[in-house]
Amino acid sequence: MSKIKAENVNVYYGSKQALFDVSIDIAEKEVTALIGPSGCGKSTFLRCLNRMNDVIDICRVEGSIKMDNLELNSRKLDVVRLRENVGMVFQKPNPFPKTIYENVAYGPTIHGIAQSKEEMDQIVEISLKKAALWNEVKDRLDEIGTGLSGGQQQRLCIARAISVSPEVILMDEPCSALDPIATAQIEELIDDLKKEVTIVIVTHSMSQAARVSQKTGFFHLGKLIEFGPTDKIFKNPDNQQTQDYITGRFG
Amino acid sequence: MNLILVTFIILLAFTSYYFGRKKALVIQSSQRLTALPKFYGYYLAAWCAAPALIIFALWSVFEPSIVKTFILQDYTDQNLTKNELQLIYTKVKALAAGTYTGNITNFLDESANKYIQLKGIANSAKVAIILAILIFSLSFAYRSVQKNDRMREPVEIFLKWVLFVASLGAVLVTIGIVFSLLFEAIRFFQAVKIFDFIFGTHWYPAKTFVRDGQPDPELMKDAFGAVPLFAGTFFIAFIAMCVAIPIGLLSGIYLSEYAGRGVRKYAKPIIEILAGIPTVVYGFFAALTVGPFVKEIGNAMGLEVSAESALAAGAVMGVMIIPFISSLSDDVMTAVPQNLRDGSYAMGATKSETVKKVIFPAALPGIVGSILLAVSRAVGETMIVVMASGLAANLTMNPLESTSTITAQIVVILIGDQQFGDPKTQSAFALGISLFIVTLFLNVIALSVVKKYREKYE
Amino acid sequence: MNSFKKNLLKKRYNAERRFQWYGKIAIGLALSFLAVFMFQIFSKGYSAFQKTWIVTEVHYDKELLLIDAESPSKDDLENADYYDVAYKAMTSLDPGLPEEEDRQLIQMVSYKYEAEVKDLLLKNPDYLGKIVPIKLTASDDVDQVHKGNYPRDIPEENRRVNDYQLQIYDMLNERGDILSEFNISFFTSPDSREAELAGIASSFMGTVFSILVCLAFSFPIAVLAAIYLEEFAPKNKFTDFIEVNINNLAAVPSIVFGLLGLGVLLAVFNLPRSTPLVGGITLSLMTLPTIIIAARASLKAVPPSIREAALAMGASNMQTTMHHTVPLSMPGTLSGTIIGLAQALGETAPLILIGMVAFVNTIPGTPVDPAASLPVQIYIWSESAERGFVEKVSACIMVLLAFLILMNLAAQIVRHKFEKKWS
Repeated sequence: MSKIKAENVNVYYGSKQALFDVSIDIAEKEVTALIGPSGCGKSTFLRCLNRMNDVIDICRVEGSIKMDNLELNSRKLDVVRLRENVGMVFQKPNPFPKTIYENVAYGPTIHGIAQSKEEMDQIVEISLKKAALWNEVKDRLDEIGTGLSGGQQQRLCIARAISVSPEVILMDEPCSALDPIATAQIEELIDDLKKEVTIVIVTHSMSQAARVSQKTGFFHLGKLIEFGPTDKIFKNPDNQQTQDYITGRFG
Repeated sequence: MNLILVTFIILLAFTSYYFGRKKALVIQSSQRLTALPKFYGYYLAAWCAAPALIIFALWSVFEPSIVKTFILQDYTDQNLTKNELQLIYTKVKALAAGTYTGNITNFLDESANKYIQLKGIANSAKVAIILAILIFSLSFAYRSVQKNDRMREPVEIFLKWVLFVASLGAVLVTIGIVFSLLFEAIRFFQAVKIFDFIFGTHWYPAKTFVRDGQPDPELMKDAFGAVPLFAGTFFIAFIAMCVAIPIGLLSGIYLSEYAGRGVRKYAKPIIEILAGIPTVVYGFFAALTVGPFVKEIGNAMGLEVSAESALAAGAVMGVMIIPFISSLSDDVMTAVPQNLRDGSYAMGATKSETVKKVIFPAALPGIVGSILLAVSRAVGETMIVVMASGLAANLTMNPLESTSTITAQIVVILIGDQQFGDPKTQSAFALGISLFIVTLFLNVIALSVVKKYREKYE
Repeated sequence: MNSFKKNLLKKRYNAERRFQWYGKIAIGLALSFLAVFMFQIFSKGYSAFQKTWIVTEVHYDKELLLIDAESPSKDDLENADYYDVAYKAMTSLDPGLPEEEDRQLIQMVSYKYEAEVKDLLLKNPDYLGKIVPIKLTASDDVDQVHKGNYPRDIPEENRRVNDYQLQIYDMLNERGDILSEFNISFFTSPDSREAELAGIASSFMGTVFSILVCLAFSFPIAVLAAIYLEEFAPKNKFTDFIEVNINNLAAVPSIVFGLLGLGVLLAVFNLPRSTPLVGGITLSLMTLPTIIIAARASLKAVPPSIREAALAMGASNMQTTMHHTVPLSMPGTLSGTIIGLAQALGETAPLILIGMVAFVNTIPGTPVDPAASLPVQIYIWSESAERGFVEKVSACIMVLLAFLILMNLAAQIVRHKFEKKWS
């Protein structure tokens, strides 16, 4: 079933066009990977899905992006409510310089999800457990989040993202700053999470895309070149450019 | 005499530069040079000027005190106090210069003659020694030029020393501050107990004015209690911060998080103009416009307001300080990494929630640092208080009354002619050292906090 | 979506709007302070650039001047007695006035009116024996009445201009004998106890000399120190100490430097009191850390690649620094220096302590002549009670601000025009 449906999305940074007529269907409770060489527009597209491009003054988005028939690219849309439903994990782990507990409790606090202290404790515990971090931090929840290791920080960010039970989580190269062991932990986590949420992940690593995703889209120079089941993209792509990229002839 | 000597040394240095360069060109015809010809010139010039000038400076510093000891030797058997000796020496000098108008005793006349004689000997000795040094160092340097020694390295080492000495300038200024303050302050604390100064609650130095003889110690005890000044200083600074912190901080937040590029580009420098306006101008403004305005409003509300109220001075000072806080906090918050903002926005936080819950706490150390710097600035501010808040040191917490500060009292005491050795004058230096210590304390903390903060995000 | 969340969302958005308004209000307040401030200064001060004259007629009567010679020489004119001539010129405005009341008329012009009568004849010797019109400097009070700064409707006994004088003023004004012209003397005269005669020439020169002395002392030492600290200093405790020292020195209150000037420059080195020399040195101690910090920052901004290039060519460290790094850093250093000097220019408290607050009615020709400075002049005048000084202070502030704006513009131009952008 389709969760997000993008049609003819064009993005401009000032006078420079970054995305050209991108149309894509993202299925519910699946992992969709977006791959492509640096600067191909995959992160730009990802940031359209929770309107993070609003933060950049000169950025302009055209076209239609619908999530459950709600138009995302509309001035009337309340980005605060959108982002409550669409979480995001960034390339560089960015926990707030607060305690681990406060980091996870941040979303539920601002969105008024927890009514009491006990409820909040529960949300924090569940989120950390889902992010496979609970066992490592349960005795030091009041330590500063930035004191954790890189992989732990990234899992903390994931816990933060899932604390408000979003329907979609966007991940922007979540493992590029991590070592292989931490990467494996995160990938495992993604696999678990897809039972409940729709995940869109941008990644540089083709093997990662192959391991975690069900669908893959290949971007090149701001265009979506090919999109389909991961197996097909990696084994038998329709497009010559995709083939070249997959086999490492460029990029 | 001194001027001629220095000019002579400098001229000689220039001459030796040209001579050295010429010599290098001569050497060049027979052997390979160790450096560019101009380094030969520099080498000679440095050897010519540096030793002579150093000796000259040392001599000028020590000569007066040596002459003084010689003159005052004749008075050792008279059991005079230090001050009396100083007075005699001043008289002798005046007599020698022909500007003395008092009674001339034989003894004094003798001393004056001796003084003139000593000065003459010292002068000729100085000229002789400096000429000898010039000849010695120039001939030494010339010999190495002739031998075609390495020229560039010594010149560069010399330059490096010059640079190093220059960098000691700042340290020297600090030492100068500490010593000039301490010197007078210690003498003050010999006359007034340090306890009375720090804990006394009456500041009324005019009371100690006595035309002849020593002031009454009982009077002194009660005249130099600095508590009203300390309280006044922090009270006015507090009023200033009450104005400056909310306005400055909110402006800083708006500039860093909300304002578009255009607004930021123009609003920030315009607000910074407030910090560039000389304080005396603020003082005039406070005294002429704000003071009467506050008084009028107060009277309309049935309050008794002094025309020179702490409120007027503090409020205007606060306006002056706004840009310190707004610009520094803007910088500090802009330095908070974008990915923290992204993280918060991606959670669905609004801008103000992001500011209040993420950016502000992250920037807090830097902001505290900038506020401390602003407090130090307010504590050290002088002219606004001198002109807009009274000069009488009232111990009061009523912002509508006039009160005085450390800085204002220093000005009041030292404006016009001062008499060194008078406890009233010395008290200004005691106040100065307390001010220096307080601001130094604030600055050291603020600067280290800001420095740590910068390192965290760089 | 339940109603609880809807309410919460509404609250959150209201908080957002409120917060944004706080920021806007804060910025608005800061800007309006500046606007009110500028308005006050300009509205009070612009009239000081106008000077009021009273026109009357003077008869250069040889007898009254006590000149005997048939064709008097310059010296004769110089030594003549102008008292009666000048007195008559003023009293002729109202011939009916009894003699014992004549002060009322005399008070309407500045006390220097006799000298003005004399100057006119010295400039035009052929006026001798003739009746000619003459412009006399109106007194401060008449000046203020003419500019409309002085209320006419308060009771006479509270006014410095009485009803009779107002009557004469109105008569003259109707005849067109009250002139208002650009006040050149404000810029060319030294200070005076009389507001109508006071000018900024001495304090302006005092400021110029102080700044030049300050520049001469602080700039070379600061630049050399910055070069050492940035390019040569080893990383050790002592260098750290110097660095902390400089940063703290930049934040020491200016009045402490005044105490230093008083306690060391005046008391120990016996330099002449009240002079721009001492003022300049005191200010230079204050500016020193500012310039060092600016110079270091611009040395730091020169990319290491330039240094490496020069070193790779076989230049020594010293040559690399002197030939490449320092010249490239100069624009930033200069602009920092100008800003430091602009700060020093506005300083008042330290100059008061070293005695530059003395009343000086001569224009200083060298840095060792006693002088005031512009900010100190503002202080001196603002302590005077006469109404005429209020506009003088405001005008003086305008001159000072203009000076500061020019310096800051210069700093901007130096920075943007000559600074290389490294990318």
